[in-house]
Amino acid sequence: MANAATPPSGEKPVARLVKLLFGDPLAAALTLLSAVLILALLPLVQWAFVDAHWTVAAPEDCRAGGACWAFIGAKLRLILFGLYPPQSQWRALTVIALLLTLVLLSLSPRVWGARLLGIWTLGLVVMLLLMRGGLFGLNYVPTSKWGGLPVTLLLAVISLGLAFPFAVLLALGRRSKLPVARGVSVFLIEVVRGLPLVGLLFVAAILLPLFLPPDWTIDKLGRTVAALTIFAAAYLAEVIRGGLQGLPSGQIEASQALGIPYWRMVWHIILPQAVQKVIPPLTNTAIVMVKNTSLVLIVGVFDMLSAARSAATDPMWPAPSKEAYLFVALIYFVICFAIARYSRHLEMGVKARNRT
Amino acid sequence: MNNAIEVRGLNKFYGQYHALKNIDFSVAEKERVVICGPSGSGKSSLIRCINQLEKHDSGDIEVSGIQLDDNVRNLDAVRREAGMVFQHFNLFPHLSVLENCALPQILSRKTPRRQAEARAGEFLDRVHILDQAAKFPGQLSGGQQQRVAIARALCMRPKVMLFDEPTSALDPEMIREVLDVMVTLAEEGMTMVVVTHEMGFARQVADRVVYMEAGMVVETASPEQFFTAARNERSQRFLSKLVTT
Repeated sequence: MANAATPPSGEKPVARLVKLLFGDPLAAALTLLSAVLILALLPLVQWAFVDAHWTVAAPEDCRAGGACWAFIGAKLRLILFGLYPPQSQWRALTVIALLLTLVLLSLSPRVWGARLLGIWTLGLVVMLLLMRGGLFGLNYVPTSKWGGLPVTLLLAVISLGLAFPFAVLLALGRRSKLPVARGVSVFLIEVVRGLPLVGLLFVAAILLPLFLPPDWTIDKLGRTVAALTIFAAAYLAEVIRGGLQGLPSGQIEASQALGIPYWRMVWHIILPQAVQKVIPPLTNTAIVMVKNTSLVLIVGVFDMLSAARSAATDPMWPAPSKEAYLFVALIYFVICFAIARYSRHLEMGVKARNRT
Repeated sequence: MNNAIEVRGLNKFYGQYHALKNIDFSVAEKERVVICGPSGSGKSSLIRCINQLEKHDSGDIEVSGIQLDDNVRNLDAVRREAGMVFQHFNLFPHLSVLENCALPQILSRKTPRRQAEARAGEFLDRVHILDQAAKFPGQLSGGQQQRVAIARALCMRPKVMLFDEPTSALDPEMIREVLDVMVTLAEEGMTMVVVTHEMGFARQVADRVVYMEAGMVVETASPEQFFTAARNERSQRFLSKLVTT
């Protein structure tokens, strides 16, 4: 207690540092814990950077220990594009580029609206056609050959995009005065939320075809998208309902008094405000759905994670699964972190607007 | 009969509670009517029934000759004829001031955007707030917000304006700027129904004061008569309270 009375400016730098690190029991404990953690991470740094092989002449050169990043270089195409025919992989790359372009174009809330929605719909159709081929001299690639990053991205974007309108209907239905609409919405939301996604995917991919007439063939990728969409819709519906609940009734009364028709009111007045209020949980659902797409590997859809797994099984290379998984993890992290940062940015915009 | 608003035998219940009891009420074109009375007297319910923010249980309501019935088209038509200003402004917080006035025209009257924005600017200028057009409602004071709300309602070119306690949620120093706008509007010949406790405003612009209590119209009189020689004992009691507080 004695040195707490002396002004900090009078202390020597070393003494100040010691006080900062070991000033009280909690600080001392945290300092020790951090030191242990850093020491534990040292071998990882050694493995990942110091002993790593960045380029090798032959796969056997990787046996010496240390990370084999050369493996990622050699298998990059397989991880990113799966079994997609190599001579057509420029199409898969174009799809990724198109998607990124659309995302970048949509960042500013000022451009949001019906027109942007049209552009996205058109863009996604173009992407799907480009992947599929069979037109304009592009060779036909069945969905069973699609794979890697384009499949992961398309699954996430399409399932979230399709889920949103259903989620809005479910959320409005759950708050409806009509008992039937309310009952149906509650039932659907609770049933889907009560099922594991893996179960839904199994039903969609494996059980559903058994019940349908044999000549009814719906593409497996399509059925997977349907399962992801239903799952996302149930969760999004609850998030949106949270936003609707925070909306003052005066907003609806003002719209009615101005004679604004119901669905236009929903689109222009209610939804923008409801969504603004629930940006954090909405982001959460989006990030979870991006990662949930990796579950499709259990029904045999070849997303990025499945592609990395199959790349790692190459017997030519000495056990490279660590590197493959770390690489895929990095890609997931970049996507999810970007979504998180973007949502922070949107929140700041909303805050700035309400400041005097 | 060329009345802007015609209400006959209006009844309204909230569950068991009889909020409006057999109300007869009419407003002539270009007439300014102030409705006053203690809280819970049914004055807000009455004007909210006129544009059907509240459904009435029985009785006839006619606005500009349009009969309110189960026909949704008639409901929409009545809401286009009657503009409303709320106690809590109810501006759209996610839209700029200009957009608050422009978007409703586009959504309910299908006005082309350019024209809607021009009209929004015109009416924002009339309520002296055009310089704030790019701001958002949350960045304005209460008095400014209420003036925007008046401009928003006027942009729809209503034949009647309904005001539901437009100054009750305002700080005292902001009441004047809103009342000034309303006085100007009255001088321009707008048909107005105003629920308010601002007796000075009633004295200044009202053609008629309607006093309500317990869901009934107790007294209807010209302002001079109402304020100097209210006939009904209940309105007298209401007025005496206003003076003492």
